[in-house]
Amino acid sequence: MPQTKPLTMYDKIWANHIVEDRGQGAALIYIDRHLVHEVTSPQAFDGLRAAGRTIHSVDSIIAVPDHNVPTKNRDKPNPDPMSTAQLNALEANAKEFGLDYIAMDDVRQGIVHVVGPEQGFTQPGVTLVCGDSHTSTHGAFGALAFGIGTSEVEHVLATQTLQLNKSKNMRVTVTGVLPMGCSAKDVALAIIGAIGTAGGTGSVIEYAGPVIEALSVEGRMTLCNMSIEAGARAGLVAPDGKTCDYLKGRPYAPTADQWETAVKYWKSLASDDGAVFDKDIIINGDQIVPLVTWGTSPEDVAPVTGFVPEIADFADRAKQEAMQKALHYMGLKAGQAITDIPVDRVFIGSCTNSRIEDMREAAAIVKGRCIADTIIEAIVVPGSGLVKLQAEKEGLDKVFLDAGFQWREPGCSMCLAMNPDKAGAGEHVASTSNRNFVGRQGPGARTHLVSPAMAAAAALAGHFVDVRDFLGAES
Amino acid sequence: MKKFKAIASIATPFPRANTDTDIIIPAKHLKSIKRTGFGEYAFESVRFDSKGKRIKGNVFDAEKYKGAKILIAGDNFGCGSSREHAPWAIAELGFRCIIAPSFADIFAGNCVKNGILAVPLPQEQVDALVLAAEAGHEIRVDLGDQTVICQNAYYKFLFNLAHKKMLLDGLDEVGQTLQVMPAIDSYEEKQKLKTPWLFKS
Repeated sequence: MPQTKPLTMYDKIWANHIVEDRGQGAALIYIDRHLVHEVTSPQAFDGLRAAGRTIHSVDSIIAVPDHNVPTKNRDKPNPDPMSTAQLNALEANAKEFGLDYIAMDDVRQGIVHVVGPEQGFTQPGVTLVCGDSHTSTHGAFGALAFGIGTSEVEHVLATQTLQLNKSKNMRVTVTGVLPMGCSAKDVALAIIGAIGTAGGTGSVIEYAGPVIEALSVEGRMTLCNMSIEAGARAGLVAPDGKTCDYLKGRPYAPTADQWETAVKYWKSLASDDGAVFDKDIIINGDQIVPLVTWGTSPEDVAPVTGFVPEIADFADRAKQEAMQKALHYMGLKAGQAITDIPVDRVFIGSCTNSRIEDMREAAAIVKGRCIADTIIEAIVVPGSGLVKLQAEKEGLDKVFLDAGFQWREPGCSMCLAMNPDKAGAGEHVASTSNRNFVGRQGPGARTHLVSPAMAAAAALAGHFVDVRDFLGAES
Repeated sequence: MKKFKAIASIATPFPRANTDTDIIIPAKHLKSIKRTGFGEYAFESVRFDSKGKRIKGNVFDAEKYKGAKILIAGDNFGCGSSREHAPWAIAELGFRCIIAPSFADIFAGNCVKNGILAVPLPQEQVDALVLAAEAGHEIRVDLGDQTVICQNAYYKFLFNLAHKKMLLDGLDEVGQTLQVMPAIDSYEEKQKLKTPWLFKS
C-alpha cells in the first residue's frame, strides 16, 4: 500500500464532508446535523420564506427552545411578550417546515447542547452546527461542531452545506492525573488561562492526553464547550469506549443492525500517529487547582488559593489598562485574596455545567449543609428535563432545596440573562457558566466562573473557598 | 446584500481589546424576530449608564465622529457569542468597515454575510489609525486593491479571496450554493451508503 500522510481527526472529518473542493483550503462542506433554537433562527426562516425556498433535509434538524424560556412558573403565562413572540415563532416555524420540535412542556426540553447528546443526535464524525457559539460542546464525541451566525443557519437550512475555509490544527495535551477537587471546568479554565481568549483563533483544538482520556463524556463536553472561550470555533476529543457506551440505545443512535459498522467507523476517526499539528500545547494536569475568574474575560483566572494579580504582572500597556477597567467593574483590588471575594448569588447551570454529573458534583458538597445567610439567591438549573428527572430520582433536588437552593426548570437561564434570571448591579456571582463578560448576567453584574463543586462551596461559605477543604472534612 | 468596493470616511476609535459580542449587543436585546432595530442598543454599556442615561463623551454618540463609516477596534474584536445581531447592530450605527488587529472567527464570517468589511492590520498600524481617527482625518479603505490609506500612511491588508468576491459582487450566498445542488445530492447518495445510520430510511 502506498504511504499516506498521517491525518488529524479534524483533517479526516473535513475530508469526509467535502462536497466541492474550491482550492486553498476553501470547500463546500456538507452538514449532517443542525440544532435550532428560538433566538438565532427566526430571521433565517423569514429569509427562506421571502425567497420561496425550502429546507433541504428536515431529518437533520432538532428544534428546541432554551435561551429565553422561563425557569419557573411555567404553568403561568410568560410575562415577557418579546420572549413569547420568539418562542411562538420557533414553534410555528417548526410546524410549517415539519421539523422535529421539542416543546417547552416536553420532558426532553432543555439546552440545545445538552439535548443533542442526550438524544444521541450528536455522534462521532458528523458535522454539527447551531446558531450558538457553544456548539463546540459536541466535539466531546469527536463531532466537528461549531457555532454559526443566522445567515449561515439559513444557508444550512436551504442547502445542507456551508462555504468554509479549513482551520488550522491545534492540539492541547493535558498530562498527568487531575488532582482531587478539580473537574473538567478547571481544566478548561486552566487551558484558557494559559493560551488566552485568542489562543485558539483560526484553529480547531483537539484535546488529548491522560487527563482527557480519564474524563467522562460529560466532562469532555464541559471542556469542548469552552473551546470558543479560547477563540477556537471547535474542540475535538477522539471517540473511545466511553463515547460508544454513552450513545448506545439513545433515540437517534444507530440501531442494532448498524451499530457495529458505526462503531468501527467512529474508532477510525482518531488522529493518526505522527499527524502534524500547527500548534501543540502541553498542560501539566498534575498542577491544576480549583480556579476562579477575577476579571471580565475567561482568561482572567486565578487559583482559589491565590490572589487577584498586580497590575505590574502584565507587561504591555493595553493589558494593564484592560485589567484596571476589569478591576473597576468587578469592584476588586489588585493583590486581593480570591477567598476574600464575597459571593452574593450562585448559579449552577448552563451548557457548560448542567448535566447529571455536574448536579451530583455540586450536591455532594451541599449535602447536609446550608447556604450562607448573605446569599441573595442560589439557583440550580438542570440542563434538560431528563437531567432534572434523573436528579430527582437520585434525591438531588431535595439535597439542594434543603440547603436553601432553588430547583428550577431547564434552560440557559442566568448564563446570559435573557429571561428573568439575572444578577443585580454590583453583585458577585459564583457561576458555573462560560462567560464573565461585562453585563452578561445583568447590567453591572460581576461574574466569577467556577466549577459546580466550587460554586456549591461558595454558596455555603458566602465567599470563594477551596472546595478541597470540604472534601478533606468528609474523608 | 450591499456591495462593498471602497469607502472614504472619518473613523470612530474604539480600541478596546477583546470586545465581545455581549458588549456589541447585550443578550437581553436579542428577542426581536426581525433583522433590524438593534442599533439603538449597540454598545449599550459604553453609551448608557445603569440608569439608561447617555454617557457624555462616548465615541459612538460624539458629534466629532458623526457620520463615521469606519470603526477602528481592538484585538480579538467580536469574540464570544455567535449572534449575527452584532454586525446587524454595528451596521445600523452606520459602519461599513471595521479595522482591528484581529477578529474572532465567527464574527468575521458574519460580517461578510452582511456586507461589512473586517480589515485585519498589525497592532502598530491600528494604533496609528486610532490617532488619525482622533485627529479627525479621513481614512480610505479599498477592497479592490486591499489597501488602507490615511494621509501619508499606506497599508496593505490580507483578505480571503472568496470573501472578497462575495463583498465586491454583493452575492446571495444561498442562491450561489443552490446552483451546485446536483453535487450536494450526489454527495448525499454516497454518504447514505457509507454512514446509513445518519439518514432516516
